Amino acid sequence: MKIFDWLKERYDLDFFIHIFKEKEVPKHKFTFFYFFGGMALFFFIIQIISGIFLLLYYQGSAEKAYESVKYIVTKVPYGWLVRSIHSWSANLMILCIFIHMFSTYFLKAYRKPRELTWITGFILLSLSLAFGFTGYLLPWNKLAFFATRVGTDMLNKIPLIGNWLSSIARGGEDVTGATLTRFFGIHVTVLPLIALGFLALHLYFIQVQGMSTPIKVKIKENMPFFPNFFLRDLFVWILSLAILAAVASLFPWELGEKADPFAPAPAGIKPEWYFLFTFQTLKLFPPHIVGFEGELVGIILFAIAGFLVFLVPFLDKKAQKDEIDKKFAIFGILALIYIILMTIYAWLD
Amino acid sequence: MEFTRRKFLNLLLGITGIGTLSSMLYPLFKYITPVKGEEVLSGSVSAGKVGELKPNSAKIFKFGAKPGILILTQSGEYKAFSATCTHLNCIVQYKEDIQHIWCACHNGHYDLNGRNISGPPPKPLEEFEVMLTGDEIFIRRRQG
Repeated sequence: MKIFDWLKERYDLDFFIHIFKEKEVPKHKFTFFYFFGGMALFFFIIQIISGIFLLLYYQGSAEKAYESVKYIVTKVPYGWLVRSIHSWSANLMILCIFIHMFSTYFLKAYRKPRELTWITGFILLSLSLAFGFTGYLLPWNKLAFFATRVGTDMLNKIPLIGNWLSSIARGGEDVTGATLTRFFGIHVTVLPLIALGFLALHLYFIQVQGMSTPIKVKIKENMPFFPNFFLRDLFVWILSLAILAAVASLFPWELGEKADPFAPAPAGIKPEWYFLFTFQTLKLFPPHIVGFEGELVGIILFAIAGFLVFLVPFLDKKAQKDEIDKKFAIFGILALIYIILMTIYAWLD
Repeated sequence: MEFTRRKFLNLLLGITGIGTLSSMLYPLFKYITPVKGEEVLSGSVSAGKVGELKPNSAKIFKFGAKPGILILTQSGEYKAFSATCTHLNCIVQYKEDIQHIWCACHNGHYDLNGRNISGPPPKPLEEFEVMLTGDEIFIRRRQG
């Protein structure tokens, strides 16, 4: 307590006092969904820690990347576990972010005054996908090699600047060792720095404004954030850790075969599950749609959909007045059904 | 609108600011743009030896920095194409059972003339010229 008083004499600690003494969390039938943001945060922390451990042995060059990961998972004591945790936690984090995003979407938590929480959240989701995409290449295996060829070639389809953009991403005309070093640098320095900045903003907004309550949902009561909700959060974190430990040790993440830039794409090749629905859509699009290349039309449609989701707090005018606009719920449900069906279809195909 | 001394100085400051910023950003912009490699291959490359391939089979060969595919058809004719799928850049393979060139990534099919016949590829594969010199197979870009 003495330390606290010492600090309080010198700094304004009202913000922290508010969080621990006054902040409350509303209790209602959807309170459960408040946990997913915290879970995503938990997995993000695991990512940072396990990522730093992987950095002790990983070598980011085309000649050594695959061998170094192989060394980690075969020779380094518990290396397989650290790597498996990093891969599994990444996937669980993205799953939690998706659930978190869809729940805030359907509960309209984005409405005034929390527009910027939504915007920073959307940016964090995009950064997570970028983390996934750049990290996927780092073991330099076959699947990753082709996923990166396809992913970066999508940039190539953008009119005028596409060629330049894809060469910036690849560090040249093709996916080579230069791409690997770029992705490595982006994955371990650029993205974490940006993500930490937006994460700090996102959490700050939530602490300042408190949790949103859904429109027309009966609030049973408010519970103090500390210790009541905090302990519940902690319980969920321990549960998350248990799930992570179980899947990471029972199903160690595979390394696959080393990438060969002069071998055909293997049959049955698929991207990570969270890119499956876009992958399947591009597969089903015809070569040409009203004079444009099919994949360009697909990419533009996805970009427009993403942009609309980004702008949702400003498009949903009714929510700003605490009224429910069914159009947005229907759009969300259709998008969710589309994503799930396309993912299953790609999985079975 | 009056053009005051303050406005004039703000304008100067703005121009200097933009100038300084672009003089810093331009080198960085050039730095991240990859150096253009020399465009390969005005000549030909060796793709292997005659007799290496059985009829109705294929192999990938290095055409400079890019992959090419050499096919020996059922009728004993050599065909060579760029092995980069025109859809999203994957490397194609030869499917012996249906005698198509096939891309596993998004299920694109090409016939033995490189024409895109099914699936999402928007363009045919570039066909190369095959030359047999002794027992060596040489490949080059089609002239003209």
